[in-house]
Amino acid sequence: MLHYSYLGFKASFYKQINREKKMKLDVDVKKLLGAVDVPADWVGIREVYEAHTPRMIRDGVPVVNASSATHGIMVEVLVNGQFGYFGTPDMTPSGISKAARSAFKQAEIASKHAVFEFDQSARPAHKGTFTSPFIKDRNSLSAGNLNEILLEAYNHLKVSDKIVSASTLCQVIESNFKFVSSNGSDIHQDFLMFEFDLSATAADGSNQQTRTFGGMRGTCRQMGMEYFDKYEIYANATRIGEQAIELLDADDCPTGEMDLVIAPDQMMLQIHESIGHALEVDRILGDERNYAGWSFVKLEDFGTLKYGSDLMNITFDPTLESEYASYAYDDGGLKATKEHLIKDGVLVRGLGGQESQIRSGLEGVANFRASSWNRAPIDRMANINLEPGSLSFDQLIAEVEYGVYVESNKSWSIDDYRNKFQFGCEYGRLIENGKLTKTLKNPNYRGVSTPFWNSLKGVGNEETFGIYGTPNCGKGEPNQVIRVGHASPACLFDKIQVFGGV
Amino acid sequence: MEQIFNNLSESLFSDLKKGEEVILSFSGENSQFIRFNNGSVRQTGLVDDAEIELKFISNGRICGGGFTVSGNLDVDLKRGRQEILRMRQESSQIPIDPFLVLPTNSGSSHEVKKSDGLKFENSVDAILPAMAGVDFVGILANGKMFRGNANSVGQKHWFETDSYSLDYSLVTPDHQMVKGSFSGTDWDQKGYEEYVERSKRKLVLMERKPIQMKTGDYRTWFESAAVSDFLGMFSWNGISEASLRQGCSGFGKMRHNDTRLSPKFSIVEDFSPGFCPKFNSDGEVAPNSLALIENGMLKNTLVSSRSAKEYGLSSNYAESGEYLRSPKMSTGTLSHDDVVKTLDKGLFLSNIHYLNWSDNPGGRITGLTRYACFWVEGGEIVAPIETMRFDDSFYRFFGDQLVDVEDSQTVNPEVGTYGGRSLGATTCPGILVDSFSLTL
Repeated sequence: MLHYSYLGFKASFYKQINREKKMKLDVDVKKLLGAVDVPADWVGIREVYEAHTPRMIRDGVPVVNASSATHGIMVEVLVNGQFGYFGTPDMTPSGISKAARSAFKQAEIASKHAVFEFDQSARPAHKGTFTSPFIKDRNSLSAGNLNEILLEAYNHLKVSDKIVSASTLCQVIESNFKFVSSNGSDIHQDFLMFEFDLSATAADGSNQQTRTFGGMRGTCRQMGMEYFDKYEIYANATRIGEQAIELLDADDCPTGEMDLVIAPDQMMLQIHESIGHALEVDRILGDERNYAGWSFVKLEDFGTLKYGSDLMNITFDPTLESEYASYAYDDGGLKATKEHLIKDGVLVRGLGGQESQIRSGLEGVANFRASSWNRAPIDRMANINLEPGSLSFDQLIAEVEYGVYVESNKSWSIDDYRNKFQFGCEYGRLIENGKLTKTLKNPNYRGVSTPFWNSLKGVGNEETFGIYGTPNCGKGEPNQVIRVGHASPACLFDKIQVFGGV
Repeated sequence: MEQIFNNLSESLFSDLKKGEEVILSFSGENSQFIRFNNGSVRQTGLVDDAEIELKFISNGRICGGGFTVSGNLDVDLKRGRQEILRMRQESSQIPIDPFLVLPTNSGSSHEVKKSDGLKFENSVDAILPAMAGVDFVGILANGKMFRGNANSVGQKHWFETDSYSLDYSLVTPDHQMVKGSFSGTDWDQKGYEEYVERSKRKLVLMERKPIQMKTGDYRTWFESAAVSDFLGMFSWNGISEASLRQGCSGFGKMRHNDTRLSPKFSIVEDFSPGFCPKFNSDGEVAPNSLALIENGMLKNTLVSSRSAKEYGLSSNYAESGEYLRSPKMSTGTLSHDDVVKTLDKGLFLSNIHYLNWSDNPGGRITGLTRYACFWVEGGEIVAPIETMRFDDSFYRFFGDQLVDVEDSQTVNPEVGTYGGRSLGATTCPGILVDSFSLTL
């Protein structure tokens, strides 16, 4: 049925033992703050060290064994109500002093033409720390151990000669963050994360089907090497290989208006595209119109717009342990707390950090985030979740006379106002008279955001709840790719346009 | 930057032991980014960034590494040496890679493009006056970009350019938009102001009341920018040899079923304009021109040296991801002045948005109309259209539905800035298609 046992770790599982204090940040940022010698109204220094260690086996051989790190500082100054920044890898006092002078000049020139005149309330002062929860640190599995696990998982994926290509991937990410400011912020956060994927492609000529572990790198978490229980990985690899073969000869998804049950690893994209991006307040204020687009949501909609059915409860939750984008403070220093964005179907709060809250007058959340030291923070998603309801998976399926059940995203597209979406999934099952029946390939569906969410007629309980995320959320000018988390139960939607392949 | 790269590479190569080889790939920039909204400055800043990626090869194994280049040789050498040590240790733990490609010395290159660009302190005053009176939103990316590659058998490449791009939208009070992208190396104030004036004139057309289209099939004109987006899909599960071999390419029908596109459709990978370096991250130099699809027939795929070794083929020195770096599509016979008249009745799409494969084996792509997209009737532009979703196959719109191709090409520069500023461009004409499917 559903395959989320692997992802069903509960917060209580963690005892936060054996915390590794592997600090890469040997720079004294407070001293560097003292090196800034410009008459700015506010100065902030944000240091980021981040190391990515990807390993990948494809078709039985290693194709990636790498590790690369980025390390630098963003100096930010406030001048006449305008922020200016300089991202630099030169972390010496003279380097930071020079960067601050250049940032000051940029801000001073731009301040005559500023969109908004800020003061230092845009960077609230906070002190605190955060560490990702984990049991086994990253060194508990050597490069050799991980290659062995990935290679054996590959062998389990290759269930038949019809699997023309298969791959296994693990990427461990360590990220260390320090933020100090002239008004007293002093924040230190250390993250340990990974992305994991299993992928099998079955092909017969131009008939080709790929099955993965959660769709589009959906399996990404903030936790340690305890995730890599090899026997559970091998069991999932065998299932994925078998499902790729199953899809090759499956019927194409039917076309028509019908009930649709969506698994959590596709709910992830549904939430991301048709709720998360639409609620970014900088987007609503128009900052993003030249790139990702605008939003159908208007400032006056908060508190009134019936976004979805009464069953819909969406939260911004940076506190859910092990979810990919959990943290204690955003990159502007704002303390992060769990908040409802949509409550009982009504839009109540936007995804706006302190700058957007000041510009819009709306309540927001701590989501002012940057992809690294070389980009300025903007409004981003973090963990955006759909809260569980009351129905078991079997009860959700039993509600459906004729419809389709879909798992794992493989295609996504939505318009620049976040209205008209279309998603494709890897794996489908027909639902007939309340039962899952045959396997379907190429399941796709399309809709418009608020009518779609208002058609939500069943929300799964905690047993159906899955925690996913994506490492590839793109936004901003200059462009920034950032990590986000999405957790959701399985959900049932009424009368959705569903269709198959060519 | 070049001196830093030279010093680092020479020192790191001298540390290698017998039987070890290293390839270094350098990428850096000194950039100014100014973000505009509502005709004003939203965010402004500068970024100095440089990184080195290393490939360490020893005993039939390959490890990757990478670090940020601080500009201080002592710091950077320490980082580089730590990476070599780490990779040396790790290479004893990992499996043999039977398809690894050893570095060669096939000759070095040096290309430095000097220009009279836009000075950082002048940018705001150069850009904003011409935008007075319009709702202007967008991004200026401005400054130097560096790419380098060196290996332990003596080959070295260096590429340096100084350029700017102002990628922007103008917006009417009714939220209709026109897209502009002004880019180059030497800053031309008069040329910039004339370019903006043309965008403003186009914006006037957007003030007409937009039409809500019905779903269905329409005769459609795609401007070059829209065609460029379609060609971009060839770089993602498309024209890569590895994708074809691994069963995840939309080109499978061309390879396996001998399906052909229209004889009017031809595309080459063409490095002659110098939009990006000819060398890839392994330091291999691509041919100046490589025919990919010729008169509708698949002539070549992009083959990296690793794919060549794995599948027993010849490499055409594609980047390891086997994506297009400087594609050029051939022209046809239709003059842009005659487009609306020849279209007669149908859609005129200037830009498209958010493309994705909806059925990769079938070549089907979904996406949306965006910016200046119009309904045309009686050979005249009637009004802009509301955003519509499309879902159609490139085997149709580059195949049996392709009526004609524009007689001139437009250069569509790569303006992406994920991680760092991109290089490259897509050179292509517009196309006229007899039937194109709107679905939502």
